[in-house]
Amino acid sequence: MVRYRTDTRTRTVEKAARIIFSLCAFTAVAAVFSITIYMIANGVPAVLQAGWKEILFSSVWQPAAQEPSFGILYVILTSVVGTFLAVLLGVPIGLFTAVFLAEAAPGWLAAVIRPAVELLAGIPSVIYGVLGMMILNPFMYRLEQRIFADSWTHQFTGGANLLSAVIVLAVMILPTVISISEAALRAVPPELKASSLALGASPVETIFQVTIPAARSGILAAVVLGVGRAVGEAMAISLVSGNAVNLPLPFCSVRFLTTAIVSEMGYAGGLHRQVLFTIGLVLFVFIMMINGILSSILKGEKRQ
Amino acid sequence: MRKLKDDVLLCLIYLAAFFAEFLLIGILVYVFVKGFPHISLHFLTTVTSVLEGTVGIAGNLVNTIYMVVLTLVIAVPVGIGSAVYLNEYARPGKMVRLIEFTTQTLSGIPSIIFGLFGMVFFGVTLGLGYSILTGAFTLSLMVLPLITRNTQEALKTVPESYRSGAIGMGAGKWYVIRTILLPSAMPGIMTGIVLAVGRILGESAALLFTAGSGYFLPRSLGGWFHKMVESGGTLTIQLYLSMEKAQYDIAFGIAAVLLCMVFCMNLLTGLLSNKLGDTTDGRG
Repeated sequence: MVRYRTDTRTRTVEKAARIIFSLCAFTAVAAVFSITIYMIANGVPAVLQAGWKEILFSSVWQPAAQEPSFGILYVILTSVVGTFLAVLLGVPIGLFTAVFLAEAAPGWLAAVIRPAVELLAGIPSVIYGVLGMMILNPFMYRLEQRIFADSWTHQFTGGANLLSAVIVLAVMILPTVISISEAALRAVPPELKASSLALGASPVETIFQVTIPAARSGILAAVVLGVGRAVGEAMAISLVSGNAVNLPLPFCSVRFLTTAIVSEMGYAGGLHRQVLFTIGLVLFVFIMMINGILSSILKGEKRQ
Repeated sequence: MRKLKDDVLLCLIYLAAFFAEFLLIGILVYVFVKGFPHISLHFLTTVTSVLEGTVGIAGNLVNTIYMVVLTLVIAVPVGIGSAVYLNEYARPGKMVRLIEFTTQTLSGIPSIIFGLFGMVFFGVTLGLGYSILTGAFTLSLMVLPLITRNTQEALKTVPESYRSGAIGMGAGKWYVIRTILLPSAMPGIMTGIVLAVGRILGESAALLFTAGSGYFLPRSLGGWFHKMVESGGTLTIQLYLSMEKAQYDIAFGIAAVLLCMVFCMNLLTGLLSNKLGDTTDGRG
């Protein structure tokens, strides 16, 4: 009798454990599902009310005007151009550092630089913003004064411009790009390198013509992750980019998708607030596309 | 010509690596030189008040601790549970792929989106408003993938013979998980937790519209409990706000404190991964 009872008890406990664990596992599914629903439910109403042409393809952003206008074309363009430039600047440096860590570095030097990269990844994004604001912006301002000394039309920004934001973003994606591409370079089979060296290629030629091409899908994944990080970064660039809605030109004060939300969500109401959610939805769509690309790259890599 | 090309490329490789190194050293030196003069016992133990003429970050420190603890209390059990399910219960198939895909997606969503979602879901729909609890719920979704993935990796290193041996002796699955698998996976779980703490310490975009920016200390004993449903800005939020208000002294003081914390977290991760390396080595 006693034995029977413990048996049912164990069985109940086992069953309960199974159910609880599966519930935990479904939290992630539920979270992604409800984030998607909420972003759509909050982002679409403004589009229906103001018209998608007025929002997505108009460049006039005057949310507080008598006849408000909510064109976010420049904001979208700024995010696209800013991310593209940041990746253009950050990826070569990151890839070369990864090559250094995986192939070229003597052991002790790699042991100094790898922790530095890890620490760079841990620095809060606001601190990057602070440094950009205190060091980069004054420098940019001096540059601006020199370049536009004779210009009548240029609006001076005090150095808070697209270029500053791009540099800060490029620095911020470095750790991601470095660590993922280093892993990809290390996964290249040593036989490949050995045969290249045996055929008379120099070590550097081997790196650039054998190892990097062989690791290309991993490096691509690193680039895509870097793009995702740059598109989604908010606080750092909101401190350095000046925050006016402008065409993304190097010395213009600009506003990104993320910084548009940060700078106005605090006080916006009504349609203005809904448009900010539309901006969030646009950002979310970008991120989901990047995620899709990333997972197809990773799948392709597995199949190889 | 070939030699020259090689040398130029090699030079670029070294330059890139040294750029990363000097970037870090530059950041550390700049922040510490500008920040340390402002850090004092007074700075750490008082609250900024115009009336009393004090400048301090005690309230933000307390908020940060609340945020870290609450987020971990929510995220760690769920994350571990999710990893246990994926590794020990689920059979490979559509369900596992869906869970792993959503976990990966979750880690790719930028924090500002988490902030928007947290604001409307936890803040408005669940009625928590601007509070530390809203922030903690939001952040726990954000750090969930970190904990799940690290626990999963650790569970994978536990040899199959442990499971079959224990089950063969008549132990139930839950008993095996509780007494054998989770203790063996401890270093991996700890790594996940430390990484999560680092992420929480540095987070700002997801907290600005969920946890708000309150910086006062509770006045009474009950206030310490009530604080969870009050607005509270972490150190990072205060740093951002001080920067916007051009209070650079406070900003650099906070930045130096934050960097010290991040530094400690990095050291801990290093120690833990050494330990993890040892345990897996020991078991062959």
